[in-house]
Amino acid sequence: MEIPYTVENRPDTGIYNAKLGIWLFLASEVMLFGGLFSAYVLLRTGAEPGMWPHGWLDVRLGTINTILLALSAITTLLAWAACKVRDFGKFKFFHACTILLALSFLGIKSYEYHDKFIHYEIALTNGKFADGHLVEKSADFDLKNKTGSVTIHGRIVDDRKELMDLRTPEARAAKLDEVTIQAADIVKMQNYGPWHNTYTAIYFTMTGLHALHILGGTIVIFYIWAFNRKLWQKDPEHFTNRVEVSGLFWHFVDLVWIFLFPIMYLT
Amino acid sequence: MSESEKPVTMESYIKLCAIIFTLALGAIGCMIWVSFLPHYSWTAKVSLILAIATGNAFLVAGYLMHLLSEKKLVYSVLAFTVFFVIGLAGLTIWAMNDFPPTTAVH
Repeated sequence: MEIPYTVENRPDTGIYNAKLGIWLFLASEVMLFGGLFSAYVLLRTGAEPGMWPHGWLDVRLGTINTILLALSAITTLLAWAACKVRDFGKFKFFHACTILLALSFLGIKSYEYHDKFIHYEIALTNGKFADGHLVEKSADFDLKNKTGSVTIHGRIVDDRKELMDLRTPEARAAKLDEVTIQAADIVKMQNYGPWHNTYTAIYFTMTGLHALHILGGTIVIFYIWAFNRKLWQKDPEHFTNRVEVSGLFWHFVDLVWIFLFPIMYLT
Repeated sequence: MSESEKPVTMESYIKLCAIIFTLALGAIGCMIWVSFLPHYSWTAKVSLILAIATGNAFLVAGYLMHLLSEKKLVYSVLAFTVFFVIGLAGLTIWAMNDFPPTTAVH
């Protein structure tokens, strides 16, 4: 049995079936991310003044990732255009670029996540807070039994609020040093994982879901790139439509990042 | 006729992509620049940054996704989606502070 309307347009919809399918899927994706963006707005507007983090993410890395995704959107479109002019070699080249750009994006995102997981906020018994990246824990470090020590590269502040906005002149001028803290002086020690506060929770949720979309899109694009040669030889227009549909998904992922980048990194 | 049905030349698409990418880079640069402006309120900066992001999104959706020349059915699907997203988000934000008078807020 042959699947109808994989190439020619359906008379009633005016488009081929896969295209209608991907647009309906993207509509459901808009609802999913729309809900998360709404949650972000509610959490942010509901936060106490001065308690919503600002400047916690590296703008340089976010910018590089934004440029990588923009570039991958371009190579995706050019891969489709190459199919349209029946140039399989150019298609292979442009989609190889897309895959490499996507993997670079995921690599940078992983580095950013790792950076958050080794970044600690430590509440001290004297009421102050130590904040910085973990350098080492002594072999006998045990927070429950209060033995050993931990060394971080960071600083100690009097008020936790000082850690919220890292774009203030004071925060930018702060000198970071290696600080060794005895376990006996620690009340609580927690890294900047999703459990740290509302900001990290929504940051990891939204960027994590987005990264999963990148991963899914990359797998699909890789599948078409690597395993669809026979379809290209048999029915190039059908193949081109597959490239178009996967490209629409990829552009949507880029669209989500266009809004995620400013709300998470810049505002 | 949707964009995907028009005759395609590689040169025209490379030219289009070069323009879109340059504009996208400009938009990214503008957003970062605005975010570091010292003498503007947070609200003004966020509004400006989101306006630039929306412009950037228009370029991607309009030209790269060919939404400027799509079929009516696709526009209908998107119109319904936007209606529901704005409706649901709007209702939630509208009701955000709608507590009974005796509610204790911590």
